[in-house]
Amino acid sequence: MMRALTWHGTKDVRVDTVSDPEIINPRDAIIKITSTAICGSDLHLYDGVIPGVVPGDVLGHEFMGEVVETGSASDLKKGQRVVVPFTISCGGCFHCKQQQYSACDNSNPVEKQDMSATLYGQPMAALFGYSHLTGGYSGGQAEYARVPFSDVGPIVIPDHLEDDQVLFLSDILPTGWMAAENADIQPDDTVAVWGCGPVGLFAIQSAIVMGASKVIAIDHYPNRLALAKELGAEIIDFRETDVREALMEMSGGIGVDAVIDAVGMESHGFAIDNMFDVVKQKVGMGADRASALKQAILAVRFGGKVSIPSVYGGMTDKWPLGAMMEKGLQIRGGQTHVQKYTKLLLEKIEDGTLDTTFLISHRLPLEQAAEGYRNFKEQQNEWTKVILKPEMEN
Amino acid sequence: MSQNLKIGAGLGGVVLTAGAIAFGALLSNRHHNRGYDDAANHTKRQPEGDNAQVGRSVTIRKPRAELFAFWSDFSNLPQFMENVEAIEAGADGASTWRIKAPAGQTVEVKTEIASKKQDELIAWRSVEDSEIKTSGEVRFEEAPGERGTRVSLIMDYDPPAGTLGRVVAKLFLREPQVQARHDLKRFKMLMETGEIATSARTRDETRAAKQENG
Ligand SMILES: NC(=O)c1ccc[n+]([C@@H]2O[C@H](COP(=O)([O-])OP(=O)(O)OC[C@H]3O[C@@H](n4cnc5c(N)ncnc54)[C@H](O)[C@@H]3O)[C@@H](O)[C@H]2O)c1
Ligand SMILES: [Zn+2]
Ligand SMILES: [Zn+2]
Repeated sequence: MMRALTWHGTKDVRVDTVSDPEIINPRDAIIKITSTAICGSDLHLYDGVIPGVVPGDVLGHEFMGEVVETGSASDLKKGQRVVVPFTISCGGCFHCKQQQYSACDNSNPVEKQDMSATLYGQPMAALFGYSHLTGGYSGGQAEYARVPFSDVGPIVIPDHLEDDQVLFLSDILPTGWMAAENADIQPDDTVAVWGCGPVGLFAIQSAIVMGASKVIAIDHYPNRLALAKELGAEIIDFRETDVREALMEMSGGIGVDAVIDAVGMESHGFAIDNMFDVVKQKVGMGADRASALKQAILAVRFGGKVSIPSVYGGMTDKWPLGAMMEKGLQIRGGQTHVQKYTKLLLEKIEDGTLDTTFLISHRLPLEQAAEGYRNFKEQQNEWTKVILKPEMEN
Repeated sequence: MSQNLKIGAGLGGVVLTAGAIAFGALLSNRHHNRGYDDAANHTKRQPEGDNAQVGRSVTIRKPRAELFAFWSDFSNLPQFMENVEAIEAGADGASTWRIKAPAGQTVEVKTEIASKKQDELIAWRSVEDSEIKTSGEVRFEEAPGERGTRVSLIMDYDPPAGTLGRVVAKLFLREPQVQARHDLKRFKMLMETGEIATSARTRDETRAAKQENG
């Protein structure tokens, strides 16, 4: 038996004792987890706005550790240190072959595919610890995890790199990187990023590395904005400043060339449309709160680029459809194709191009995971990123 | 009480028949499209006549010949057809399908090969005296570029006799469709990845284990 963070209901997660994972399929491996993070996406589960989570589900999708057992077709070796991508991908299907790993045809068990196929027209791929829409796989906020397709996903980490330096290869670092890539950044571009959570911060860092001429960060937490500033961004506090006016001025009256929404379906703020959406989400009408994204679509210039790394699950209304069409925008989003980026980004960590530790605010034993969730949700200014360590003393 | 039991048994029988049909599947050329548009017949809003037809296509990133060879050996099919326990091959393409039924029971459907074209088509149908009338066919076509092979599974069946049979068969019409889709996707998984995805954490939680333990 092992200890694992399990979901019991809205704002109710607990560390419970559950059965150990076992090798089931030939390509599986079992990982003994040494570090695992809480992601902004976990907060959507915590807040009960993602459907298909069942009490007892083990959460967590950003994790790394040591290989302790391998199936007959795994190419990992016992004792190797690996980071595990949050997307479960087979490597051999139509989507995987063109590196669209988060759209893998074969990782979501057949009987779980119908729900998302109804919602989106085709089924979703599987993710670790992220509701039964994406497979119902046990996640990595635990002592051990079963990792399917272990010959495709996990990346082996050299000994001289610490867990904290490489853990985010599993999710938020490639997510920030792909967000910037999806914004198709050109050297003269001004890029605006909504949200200075971990995803926004890594998108800012990536946009700068990709050569954007100016990056503007938007949030309302001074401490998170300060982290963005240290990376080299100009900042806007949306509580103090009219964001769209400011962006027009900061882009010389053109409008920003590219916008990145790193906020997601639980956008903060008191804009009138957002307040409607808050109420609908509370009464379970399935409305996504997309206030930041709507603002971004109005702020971006004609012919501009819209990148959506943040998560939305269902429908929204009062969508600025006219602006989207009339302005001739390019819009790209999606769950991250993690496996496409891990090797490249590991190199950029090793050669010092990317700093991955600046945003870590708290390291806790796994036993204190529930406290970690509460604070990452309620104390966002100070709690910028939480890492759980199963082996840490309580 | 005894009445309830009878109704229960009747329904059980029909469930079992519907399930059997999905797997016992037959062949017919009725999938050929009868409308004026180019869509497959099984996607028409109003299925014609009394017969139910279900069908599904997937694209599998493997050569046609490899997929055809795997499917040609019917004893392979239970690996991805969830409700089929075993298929025994007899002489001349005859097969006996043992299909799982509720309460640990099984039903048998005997089929024969109706037609076969190398790397293109395998069609089968229940033999003359079979209680369950069913037919099925699987087609293999080149997909564009590097996409591999397009595999279509189409099955027809006549609802069981009698008024009750017809009424209840209607209720269960969806089931063979779902089953066909699921089976075909499991086939794709097996061919493309060498295994069938499960999100179970322990071997006891897997579907196979659950089924074995009843
Ligand atoms: N696409 C992917 O694969 C992927 C991967 C990881 C995370 N995500 C998603 O990315 C999003 C961000 O994740 P995170 O870990 O950074 O979360 P987070 O909750 O820590 O950060 C969100 C930030 O947005 C700010 N914010 C809220 N409303 C705002 C508004 N109206 N304008 C500007 N800023 C606003 C908040 O103050 C907060 O700092 C989430 O939706 C998460 O689910 C997606
Ligand atoms: Zn995440
Ligand atoms: Zn795949």
